[in-house]
Amino acid sequence: MFTSLFYGLRREGVNVALTEWLTLMEALQRGLANSSLINFYYLARSVLIKSETQYDAFDRAFLQCFEGIETPPEITAEVLKWLENALPPRLVDQADKKPNLDWSLEELKRKLAERLKEQTEQHHGGGKWIGTGGTSPFGHSGYNPAGVRIGGQSVNRSAVKVAAERAYRDFRSDETLTTRQFELALRKLRLLSTAVEGERNVLDLDATVDATGRKAGMLELVWARERKNRIKLLILMDSGGSMNPYQRLCSQLFNAANKSTHFRDLQFYYYHNCIYEVIFNDPFCMKRNSVSTYDFLRQYDSDYRLIMVGDASMGAGELLMPYGALDWWAENEEPGQVWMQRLASHFEHCVWLNPIPKQYWGRVEGRYTIGLVSEIFPMFELTLDGLNAAIKKLRVKR
Amino acid sequence: MNNNTAYQGSDKYIASQELISAVNVAAALNRPLLIKGEPGTGKTMLALSVADNLNMQLLIWNIKSTTKAQDGLYVYDTVQRLYDSQFGEGDVRDIKQYIKLGKLGEAFISDERVVLLIDEIDKADIEFPNDLLWELDQMSFYIPETGETITARHRPIVAITSNAEKELPDAFLRRCIFHYIAFPDEEMMRQIINVHYPNLQKELVRAAVNAFYSIRNLPGLQKKPSTSELLDWVQALAVGGIDPRIIEKEIPLPGVLLKKDNDMALWQRKHGGEAGDARTAGKKNITSYWRS
Repeated sequence: MFTSLFYGLRREGVNVALTEWLTLMEALQRGLANSSLINFYYLARSVLIKSETQYDAFDRAFLQCFEGIETPPEITAEVLKWLENALPPRLVDQADKKPNLDWSLEELKRKLAERLKEQTEQHHGGGKWIGTGGTSPFGHSGYNPAGVRIGGQSVNRSAVKVAAERAYRDFRSDETLTTRQFELALRKLRLLSTAVEGERNVLDLDATVDATGRKAGMLELVWARERKNRIKLLILMDSGGSMNPYQRLCSQLFNAANKSTHFRDLQFYYYHNCIYEVIFNDPFCMKRNSVSTYDFLRQYDSDYRLIMVGDASMGAGELLMPYGALDWWAENEEPGQVWMQRLASHFEHCVWLNPIPKQYWGRVEGRYTIGLVSEIFPMFELTLDGLNAAIKKLRVKR
Repeated sequence: MNNNTAYQGSDKYIASQELISAVNVAAALNRPLLIKGEPGTGKTMLALSVADNLNMQLLIWNIKSTTKAQDGLYVYDTVQRLYDSQFGEGDVRDIKQYIKLGKLGEAFISDERVVLLIDEIDKADIEFPNDLLWELDQMSFYIPETGETITARHRPIVAITSNAEKELPDAFLRRCIFHYIAFPDEEMMRQIINVHYPNLQKELVRAAVNAFYSIRNLPGLQKKPSTSELLDWVQALAVGGIDPRIIEKEIPLPGVLLKKDNDMALWQRKHGGEAGDARTAGKKNITSYWRS
């Protein structure tokens, strides 16, 4: 039943599993959809879809599958009144329920429209008019294999219409990367260990039993240190003018990292296009708020993980020439490339995240310096996949 | 569907038709119901309402970052047993008395069908939901210490809430019935306020709801105010005896709705006028640059 919906969903990228589909079939068999399309819509959605980001895909697949089905013609209040004084529901023998296969929705709608025009009074139990408990295709509590239910348990809104509203369009995940996804990626960066420092505050049960046994039953509690993440992270962000188009993306990464509470230490620093003899404490990159790069290297041990964020696009001179820095007050006796190498060789784990998509690296203006920088740092694009790959890289030494 | 076991929403909790249907499907199919939604949309309250409406006992298992799946099943108090053996108290040979059932275990052995709320499952470790797969599927677990198998006498209605702080594993999701509680629209919001504070002036509620949505729709807000904050605010407005006519214009007591410095500053900028608040203007936060 409805297999086209199943494949429709898979075409829309929702990987519905067979078990979920069977659950839906079980629910239908138990009559949980109440034989109405809108209930079926909600039922199928709650069983098959497991994330609000896929609600939109569901709506699209549902529309495709049930497009032809529309709400029945306008039913007037008068007709509903005829149906209020109902006969008891007509119970039909299983054997009598011959499916009437040669009906068409078009014809049924035409006939209903005709009846609505002709019928002028209540009618119950017959085979033609709109009423209750009969075998006419119109009304409720009766039986007709191809009927239109009017009234009875209500059909408030058409499911097709609800699906067509596509109220969940905003939740689609393929459109934008969210902070949360970055956060999830960053969470993978952890290295649990029972570090030497910290209090012994976790009961070591096995050792306790062992020690108590050795003391012939005298209770002896043994405490151990908790396992903690010992990853320390440094993030250096390019805050130059060429980064402006990527500011939103970078701020998402910034927020995600900031929210992650599982790092032992997390520090942000900033630079302008390339690293020279100073590194800045804030994105405004003013000299009065900076630290010397040598101090920086002394301050942070080589076991810090270093993430460089930047487009690596600059004039070749900025990277290769002494005194090549963009800022007029800079006095770098050594070219930027040397400083970059110094940084990369100090930290055992480092990566470069580039907000420019990888496919353009060879074609953009800064392709020459991108090439040079990626020889120093392993470079990844700043997307979810890129970040995941970078995190993987950060977990192992070069 | 059997009518006397079907959830219909309760007087204190406005549930949409979709949500009611999801609850009933989960109850009928004996599957856990996974509820997601913005904070303050009433995820936890739903379980209360279900228990209330169906007249069942409610068990709440609050998940914390240190919670292990095992805690929900049972805890074996080894230290107590060692202690007792040292001083010769209790019957040390009877392991059973050192086994304490957790919330899930309690729900299984209950004489009647209960509602079990597993609150904020995403707080726990990433592996947590996977560790509960079998127990939630089969509604039984084995205690190796006593050789006992605890099987559910009546499969509980399990409601699980998540704030999407961590992604849940696919295998776990496949077994759940899922519902996302969308943020209520203005009409529904008025109903919700009405349920909580039935005696408020209509005019006050209307003005407060309008003002609330105008704040929520400010672009760039870091933490959007939620239903529960609106409820607090409405109450504060009513208690303070504030004239409904000035609510939309001046937005009194904004601190109830906006909890972050940056948001408050943003609102004051948009709101023009009294932007010269020295407290926020003086503090130039670095992070605001990146968060803009």
